[in-house]
Amino acid sequence: MNLFDIVGPVMVGPSSSHTAGAVRIGYIAKLLLNENVKKAEIYLHGSFRATGKGHGTDRALIAGLLGMHPEDERIPDSFQVAKEQGMQFSFEGIELRDAHPNSVLMKLTGVNGRELEIEAASIGGGRIRISKLDGLEANFCGDYPTLIVHNLDQPGHVAEVTSMLAHKSVNIATMQLYRDRRGGDAVMIIECDKEVPPESVEWLEKLEGVRKVTYLSLIEKQ
Amino acid sequence: MSFKSLKEIVDSVREQKKPFWRIIMEDDMSERMVSEEESFGAMKRMYDTMRMADQSYDEKLKSASGLVGGDGWQMREAVAAGKTMSGAFIGEVMVKALKMGESNACMKRIVAAPTAGSCGVMPAVFLTYQEQYGVKDEKMIEAMFVAAGIGTVIAERAFIAGATGGCQAEIGSASAMAAGGLAYLQGGTEQEIVHAAAMALKSLLGLVCDPVAGLVEVPCVKRNVIGAVNAITSADMAIAGIVSRIPPDEVIDAMRAVGIALPSSLKETGEGGLAATPSGEEFTRRMMEEQ
Repeated sequence: MNLFDIVGPVMVGPSSSHTAGAVRIGYIAKLLLNENVKKAEIYLHGSFRATGKGHGTDRALIAGLLGMHPEDERIPDSFQVAKEQGMQFSFEGIELRDAHPNSVLMKLTGVNGRELEIEAASIGGGRIRISKLDGLEANFCGDYPTLIVHNLDQPGHVAEVTSMLAHKSVNIATMQLYRDRRGGDAVMIIECDKEVPPESVEWLEKLEGVRKVTYLSLIEKQ
Repeated sequence: MSFKSLKEIVDSVREQKKPFWRIIMEDDMSERMVSEEESFGAMKRMYDTMRMADQSYDEKLKSASGLVGGDGWQMREAVAAGKTMSGAFIGEVMVKALKMGESNACMKRIVAAPTAGSCGVMPAVFLTYQEQYGVKDEKMIEAMFVAAGIGTVIAERAFIAGATGGCQAEIGSASAMAAGGLAYLQGGTEQEIVHAAAMALKSLLGLVCDPVAGLVEVPCVKRNVIGAVNAITSADMAIAGIVSRIPPDEVIDAMRAVGIALPSSLKETGEGGLAATPSGEEFTRRMMEEQ
């Protein structure tokens, strides 16, 4: 907790968890999709569902998906901006299992056809946590460059990924491993202290046994 | 922040013979590994944003629910017409607190300080103080550091979110932060600064978070007024030499204990307090039907 978590963030109201956090969820989801969003199916859970409309949570999520930050003054008009950019979106209520009260599930399709399913929660003060990616468990906050590798649960993949990072002098801050069952789908989520080079991400995508690589880069793209 | 108590800050001020605000800023510099220019500049941006938010108030705006809008304008008219008892200074503080709370509810850009729901308290007292006393921006930003230091200790020892500690954690913390900053602006010692904060916090102990329809509107906007006015009276008491009989850090710990003891119906669930009144429930029903 630093001073500017207390005085700050600069944000568009009314609620740091229902508005600022929702923008950030949308924003991180767009970065993870790594292309502009063409279609978004959005499912609101708990308090997001109950008071989301009054707090502008719906407009905030769309603003984030359009690449806006929590302080962007266009947030209240994000539906209009989305329309102008040809982004389709829909909202529904949902009852998610074991989810934080401020949670949302989003099914996204990008303009180049890439798909991403993300479940995330706004955990207070504008901070967020991504709790599921493409149906598999996850737990990261989007504050670090994050590498997410979906692979078959078989020996060697963790070593391949970590030795690549070592070779590129990328220090690992945190690392999590999940799988649905032995020999099934597995995912590793690695938060890094610096950016992973794009060619290394591409190299990972081509490895046998690797199903999907999602990379959260914090470098702003135009 | 590395300080876990107000006492540690007070001790550092005395040992290092540096001003309160500088102790806080230097801690931020080492914590985030930034230069003095960056740290001071970041706080200046917060103050400038507060001022811009105040100036861009639009009295015609209504919040999405229709529960909020226009009160700041109405208050200003009353102050201008000489209808208020509390005088020009307090009157303007009330105007600014209402305006910021309303701007927040209407999705305008604000500074969460410490939260969005309590964003009116600090700008109301600081901007009005600067207008009335004509001090330089630099001095105001120093007061912001004092306030931020106090807020960070509260967040470390207790909480600042209504969902975890009730409204005492939001408006109470904002009021304590503003009180400390005001005591500093009035030339208060380090002891007077922390006692101003303590008296502000204890005056709002037990304040519940009971938003109608779960929205940051009713009663939140108007609670920014009591938070701001309470900050001024607490700072005045401290400057008069009055102390909190319970040491400041213990007041924060008491706030934490009260917050934990509060039932969840009074912690931003919209299930108790004003939200559970017949009118509160009626608003909630109407909101749900509109969706």
